[in-house]
Amino acid sequence: MAEELRQIKGTSLWRDAWKRLLKNRLSVIGLILLVFMIIAVTIGPFIILKTTGFTADYVPSQVEEGGLVNSFPPSFQHPMGTDEAGRDLLARVLQGGRISLLVGIISTIVSLIVGVSYGAIAGYFGGRIDNIMMRIVDVFYAIPYILIVIVLLSVFGGPNAPDFITALSEKIGGAGNQGMSQIFLLFFALGLVSWLTMARVVRGQVLSLKNEEFVLAARASGVSTFGIIFRHLVPNVLGPVIVYATLTVPSVMLTEAFLSFLGLGVQAPYASWGSLAADGIKNISIFPWQLIFPSVTMALTLFSLNFLGDGLRDALDPQTRKF
Amino acid sequence: MLGFILKRLLIIIPMALLVVSVTWALIRIAPGSFYSNEKTLPPAIEANIKRKYGLDKPWYQQYFLMISNVVRGDFGDSLKYQGESVNDIIKRHLPYSATIGALAYLVALMVGLSAGIVASIRQNSGFDYGSMATAMLGLSVPNFVLGPILVLVFALGVYWLPPARWGGMTNLILPVLTLAAIYMAYIARLTRAGMLEVMRSDYIRTARAKGLSETSVLLRHGIRGGLIPVVSYTGPALAGLLAGTVVVEKVFAIPGLGNIFIQSVLNRDEPLTLGIVAFLSILIMVFNLIVDISYGILDPRIRYD
Repeated sequence: MAEELRQIKGTSLWRDAWKRLLKNRLSVIGLILLVFMIIAVTIGPFIILKTTGFTADYVPSQVEEGGLVNSFPPSFQHPMGTDEAGRDLLARVLQGGRISLLVGIISTIVSLIVGVSYGAIAGYFGGRIDNIMMRIVDVFYAIPYILIVIVLLSVFGGPNAPDFITALSEKIGGAGNQGMSQIFLLFFALGLVSWLTMARVVRGQVLSLKNEEFVLAARASGVSTFGIIFRHLVPNVLGPVIVYATLTVPSVMLTEAFLSFLGLGVQAPYASWGSLAADGIKNISIFPWQLIFPSVTMALTLFSLNFLGDGLRDALDPQTRKF
Repeated sequence: MLGFILKRLLIIIPMALLVVSVTWALIRIAPGSFYSNEKTLPPAIEANIKRKYGLDKPWYQQYFLMISNVVRGDFGDSLKYQGESVNDIIKRHLPYSATIGALAYLVALMVGLSAGIVASIRQNSGFDYGSMATAMLGLSVPNFVLGPILVLVFALGVYWLPPARWGGMTNLILPVLTLAAIYMAYIARLTRAGMLEVMRSDYIRTARAKGLSETSVLLRHGIRGGLIPVVSYTGPALAGLLAGTVVVEKVFAIPGLGNIFIQSVLNRDEPLTLGIVAFLSILIMVFNLIVDISYGILDPRIRYD
């Protein structure tokens, strides 16, 4: 009975938020664009392979080895033109989108796991533990991370990747090569940078929730501390967490693009929107399409993520201030 | 208040040392070194070099040597730029980055604040929607894309401005705009949201009830409260400016500190990297302190103890 009641209440809260989100026209456009983008990068490369036979690495045979110009403007065959080496840019942009979105999403998940557990534990235990844990967050806040991330990525980049990163990337990513371990290093570095605000948000929420009756009831019925935190408190702070996570993804993607632009992020044989744009910049005045298509695709995605995050914030917790 | 400032100033020192230690550890743990890029040296010469830089001692002695040098503000000579001290290199390259960074934040403040305030006064007007959509666009275009596009249009398209390099005032316009764009956008959004909230609060109603003119309500009472989110954004903005200048310096070929930093890390030029990291972390933390102090001036409700 109690279970049923909670179930009904839960869905109505989310349905309510969904209704509010649908009223926000810009957020809906953002959501549609985002879903379209995710579908495009997931199945797009297969469709291109089936229809035209191009992949991200394939150099069409009409491009001669040592020819003067290999980069062709957009045409019917190559909707986004070709890159320096004559590879189909559309295939590369879609393939790069996979990496960009993957870096954004996985780094956000890393920051979610660390930040939510950290904030929930600090908030639930309170007192001295909370004090110490939050002081540590304050200390981390003051550190200019970008300096450390740059050092981390450049000294551990390429062949110098730490053993556990290489092992992890071989286990999950399959064939162990430098490019893949660099991407895993990015997940790790960017995730560790962005958990601080998440920890603060969650801690504040848990602090105000832990004296509610449902926590008392859970404790009275013998639920373990771990169970109370992760089964009862964390699901109740999902609203702000989702909002903040939606806004973390674009900021992580921007940082990844920035690092790739400096040559520290995603590296060959892989490409991301950031590294494609960085490649395009070299030839901007002669082959502008090499810059325009990757960066417009990325800007559109970030645009929709930002609008969606804004709309979700209005829909899920109307009380917080809108930035 | 004085106690608060003193306490915070004292915390900065161990924190800067922590950042330097982490950086040092990262550089040392990673395989390879400055000398691994060069051709192999005869063993006698290598031993001499190692002795000169104290690399033959155990790691904890090297660490304490490094920390004691850093505490004294002496970072030694750069490995790459032979015979030049790290402090000289920082002194030489800082002015470029500082000029661009300061100008960019100033421009961002002026444009962002005015756009945000006007948008909040005329909420839901065409200007409001237009400026906020532009701001969102500004947040979504990376500066390394914006920079080359500005160059393409204004330098290579209509020939109004020089495309790159350090020089006169006209050389500054494009780099500053490129760097300022994202902060302009963020500040405009923050100002608008802050103003909208403040203008609904009780003390504004009191000010209006006293019979103050709308201009004076807005300028004397509204802006003070509405600015607080903007002020608290200054901290993160500074860290971002740092990253931004790296990009802008690279795009516009400006000999600033950001590029020197990246190069030093890639060259494994340890003294130079540590020197720049220490300098920039202290700079950022001091600015954060100034931001915290200015809260108290803007919002009389905030007290320090």
